[in-house]
Amino acid sequence: MLDANVADAPLLVVEDLKVHFPVMAGTLFQKQVASVKAVDGVSFTLKRGETLGLVGESGCGKSTTGLAILRMLDITGGRVVFDGQDITRHDRAAMRPIRKRMQMVYQDPFGSLNPRMKVVDLIAEPMIVHDILPNFAARSDRARELLALVGLRPDMADRYIHEFSGGQRQRIGVARALAMSPELLICDEPVSALDVSIQAQIVNLFQDLQQTLGLTYVFVAHDLAVVRHISDRIAVMYLGRIVEIADRETLYKRPQHPYTQALLAAVPIPDPEIEAMRPQVAVSGEVPSALRPPPGCRFHTRCPRATDVCRVDEPALRDLGGGQMVSCHHA
Amino acid sequence: MAKLLEVRNLTTRFRTERGAVMAVDDVSFEVDAGETLAIVGESGSGKSVTALSLMRLIPNPPGEIVAGSILFEGQDLLKLSDAEMQAVRGDRIAMIFQEPMTSLNPSLTVGLQVGEPVQLHRGASWKAAFAKAGELLSRVRIPDAKARVEAYPHQFSGGMRQRAMIAMALACQPKLIIADEPTTALDVTVQSQILSLLKELTRETGAALILITHDLGVVARYADRVSVMYAGRVVETGTAREIYKKPQHPYTRGLMACVPRLDGALGDRLVPIEGSPPDLTRLPPGCAFAPRCSVAQPGCLTARPVLEDVGGGHRKACFVAVDSGVPVHA
Repeated sequence: MLDANVADAPLLVVEDLKVHFPVMAGTLFQKQVASVKAVDGVSFTLKRGETLGLVGESGCGKSTTGLAILRMLDITGGRVVFDGQDITRHDRAAMRPIRKRMQMVYQDPFGSLNPRMKVVDLIAEPMIVHDILPNFAARSDRARELLALVGLRPDMADRYIHEFSGGQRQRIGVARALAMSPELLICDEPVSALDVSIQAQIVNLFQDLQQTLGLTYVFVAHDLAVVRHISDRIAVMYLGRIVEIADRETLYKRPQHPYTQALLAAVPIPDPEIEAMRPQVAVSGEVPSALRPPPGCRFHTRCPRATDVCRVDEPALRDLGGGQMVSCHHA
Repeated sequence: MAKLLEVRNLTTRFRTERGAVMAVDDVSFEVDAGETLAIVGESGSGKSVTALSLMRLIPNPPGEIVAGSILFEGQDLLKLSDAEMQAVRGDRIAMIFQEPMTSLNPSLTVGLQVGEPVQLHRGASWKAAFAKAGELLSRVRIPDAKARVEAYPHQFSGGMRQRAMIAMALACQPKLIIADEPTTALDVTVQSQILSLLKELTRETGAALILITHDLGVVARYADRVSVMYAGRVVETGTAREIYKKPQHPYTRGLMACVPRLDGALGDRLVPIEGSPPDLTRLPPGCAFAPRCSVAQPGCLTARPVLEDVGGGHRKACFVAVDSGVPVHA
């Protein structure tokens, strides 16, 4: 009975999350003149073993959301609850045991892995930091084990990062993230720097690892086709807010928010015959500055369906049933 | 009718510390007036070096075009003097680069740069060129274009900068526009705006377009014909419909199978191409794709296949017969 409750309880709850960055001005005495509301009221829950895709264009706050969950940024408002524990105001010491359980995979493994360290040391480093395996031999064995787990040969452990291809480097990045046996991985654009033939290898790796290790993912990406492939549910963000969230089938088949519809229409399908028949509806304009988001609905400046109410009233997320939530006056 | 552009056996070599690299190796293709040819490939496939070679913008040293011909309107561009080539660039052939911020001069106004080709190639006064820039910017639908000519590139958004680059490319009504990953740095909604605009303007002016990209979706939406490159060579070429419906080369088939699609079946595993692209300094003696190829025969490791017609102008460079015309991603 108890076990069933634990399994059903969400691993991650994000409630009305706000991350605002101050904009400072002045030469000698700096004072805050404005703030960039990078994330401004984001809420979602994530079950164990589930994958949530976070999509949106640059500046929508998807990466910031990921960093805030890991508490790598200060949270301005709202709550982050990890496995029943409110970690919003945890200090560094309190975060330490939590950090083992949530890890990050970055976009560019070459930028996030020290080129002067051997692969074995790169993977063992977090184990030293968190003091989980006391001696070198044990850590080294574990590192080799992890390499095998991500599809590399254990004997590659003594090489340096420049000796690897982009896809292999990303595998090493994943192995390092897995060193602490985390439960939650925040993956920030983990395949977007890779060539398409390599992307599929890494996407499959993420799916295999989820199966064998029961991992939970927040998968931040701008590629809607990749996100559709890997996610159970998807949240679409625009200027710091979630405009629509739904399971993947619903979101891609029946998108309700005009922005979701515009995003999906903009992605070409690799088939000339299908493309020739698709209506070409291009949404106009570009994402406005996050420094001065439009009043009312943030999308109204580009929305084909905007009316007067959209210019003044910010729509709240409404439940349309079946777990589909949309923030639009006209959906 | 003669082709607008005929590239024959183009070979561009780079000298590197680890030996000579044939970045473009015996590449041939042609472009008709008004059509869009997509050159598709992954990093290191030679697609961008092909574009730079056409414009004769290969830095020498370390690079050098060592063989082939580039017949443009019947004239071999490789036989022109530097000054003669200068007169072709930006006039009859224009190029659009991936990063508009690095190809625009940050210290000059947008109007000055967009109008510059008119001043250079048509002998217009700076004042007339500046006025022309205003027209061009409104043609690429930059709002309030007449006033924006005074703006500097940093005052433009990424999408607007790329529009300005397109305006500059159109300035002298070129016969051919080469766009090298023009939207890779842009968000997806802006990408579709820019590419649709580019396509529409080339249709209006009758210019041909060479679109260099790694995105198979973009190719499907905008290209008439496709050349697929791998390790410096064209491995397959044909009309877009043919290539997508009946991909013949195992690499092309692999690419199409490994890309997730918005309309793909849910729950299917992706079928990746195993291994990674080859090191160009140590290419295998046979087919460069053979080490990753699932249908490779012993012969593929020793001999290099050349492009051969499989019907209707569709050509592939592969020894292995394809069992049928069934698309991989059925």
